Parts: sequence; C-alpha cells; structure tokens
Amino acid sequence: MALELNESLQNTIDGLSETFTDKLIEVYQSTGDTFIRIESDALVDVCNYLKDEHHFVFLTDIAGTDRYTSDERFEVIYNLVCLKHQTRLMLKVRCEEEAPELMTVSTVWQAANWMEREVYDMFGVRFKEHPDLRRIFLPEDFDYFPLRKEFPLLGIQGSIELPNTTPDTD
Amino acid sequence: MGVESALGEGYLTTRVDSLVNWARANAAWPMPMGLACCAIEMMAFAGPKYDAARFGSEVMRFSPRQSDVMIVAGWCTYKMSHAIRRIWDQMPDPKWCIAMGACASTGGMHRCYGVVQGVDNFLPVDTYISGCPPRPDAVLHALMKIQDKIKTEHSVMLDT
Repeated sequence: MALELNESLQNTIDGLSETFTDKLIEVYQSTGDTFIRIESDALVDVCNYLKDEHHFVFLTDIAGTDRYTSDERFEVIYNLVCLKHQTRLMLKVRCEEEAPELMTVSTVWQAANWMEREVYDMFGVRFKEHPDLRRIFLPEDFDYFPLRKEFPLLGIQGSIELPNTTPDTD
Repeated sequence: MGVESALGEGYLTTRVDSLVNWARANAAWPMPMGLACCAIEMMAFAGPKYDAARFGSEVMRFSPRQSDVMIVAGWCTYKMSHAIRRIWDQMPDPKWCIAMGACASTGGMHRCYGVVQGVDNFLPVDTYISGCPPRPDAVLHALMKIQDKIKTEHSVMLDT
C-alpha cells in the first residue's frame, strides 16, 4: 500500500531509512497513524535520532502487546509526537518470550521512566539500565504479569491478600 | 420553639432502648470512602438539594473516630482494601456500612484481577445500593434502611 505522508513525516521516514537502513524492518499506515518497526538493538539510537533530528520531543505513551506467538512474542509501542510539525509516529520493537528485555529510553525522554515501569508491571518486559525498575500498580510481592494472555481474567486466587477481618485484639 | 410548648406541663414515657436508638438513628455521621465516580453522587447526597441533613447525616467526618456509617463509594482494589479495612477498624462501635453502587457491592463491570469482587469480602456490609452510579435518592434510601436497622437494635437493654 502506498504511504500517504505529509512533508515532515516523509522527511523523518527518509532520514530513518537512510541512517538506519538495515535496522528499519517495516513502515506502514493504519487507522490514520504511521507505524515503524525497528530492530530492538537500535532502539536507543533511533529514539535519540528522532528526538534530536526530527523534534519528536514528546513521548506520549508506551504500550505493550502480547502477540502470543512462538517467536518475538512481546511488542512494545512508543507513541511519539512532534510538537513542531504536529505529527505522530508509532515506533514498535519486538522481543522474545524468554526473558524479554529492551534498553530503557528514559535516558532520552524522562517520561519513559514510569511508562516503562507500567509495561514491566503488566507484561514483565525488563528495561535494561532503567533507573528504578519496580512494579508501579500492583503490589511488589505479586508474582505474575496480568496482561499476559495466559493470565486468567479474575486473577489467581489468593495471589493478592485481602485484609484480615478479625481486628487486632491487643 | 421547642417540644415543651407542645407538651405543656406533661411528660413522656419511653424505653431506654427507644431513646438511644432514636438518637443514634438520627445522627448517623457518614465516613465518606469515595473511591470513584460514586463519590460525586455521594456529595450530591450531602448537598442542599438532596439534603442528608434531614436525616441527621450531613456531617461528613473525614475522621473515622467520629463517624458511624462508612459509605464505600466506588470500586475497591486489593491494594486499597487494606486501607479501607484499617479505617473501618478505627471507627468506634456501633458502626454500619453502606456498599454504594455496583462496583462496591459486587465488583461491577471491573471483573478483573485487581478489583475486589464486592467489599463484603472484607467488610460487614449492612446495605447494598444498586446502580452505576446510584442516584442520591438511592443513597438516602440506604440511609433510611440503616436507620430502620438501628431502630430495631437492642442497644442498652438486653433481650431477656
């Protein structure tokens, strides 16, 4: 499908495919957004490049996906916005099921800190060199990653404790 | 204008229980446990239009030590449940509990791992209110049910 890109996005895509020729896996458009998928080892370089050269200064969100496939099961999606040209770019990377791991981008955008903690909390994707990789929503002693497909909807009985219903007597 | 003008020189007889229950029922101070959107309706319930003051419940005490009725308004996560139970344990007896709305009563639409499927899993709930969120009149109705309950209790005299 031919891409319908405005001038600034076209510039970005051209620049990317020039600078990271063998790291760029695919570029496509869907529901009005432009998606690029890259090799995970080039993640920080690409992010730095997008921020410094193409003004993608605003990291809106980081999302995770469990694709439930045998290879490259998890996908992490970075929702980037260029305030200067009012454009949005979705950056995707995939990682393996066994010990999923990516480099942190909190060195590029400070906002990534908590967003990566959320992805870690829900999917168990670890972010290397993250300053403070702890669970953000669930209790710290929780053993599971609830948004993985194999996790049951109602959770695992007894995995999170309810309060004691007999008040302390002392 | 006090009650003495209506009574004249007369007197009333009653039971201690009735008197105590009458006082308790008409001064049930709520402990607002606003966790989600139900809390907005709970504020309307306390405000001038629906006027919980008619039932003596206008004093929203944000201190558990001074309140009698806990209104759990909204969905409760497992993480929050510990805080709620702790506040509940700090309330002095006698105390009552209203589970306001579908989420507090059953978990509601939040049928998932993080939300307690009904606060009655860890609290002794007296009144459940249906609705998502319930109208303030429904909260008043629940309060009246609590009052009915208080009025039938043996608070001072033992049933012999």
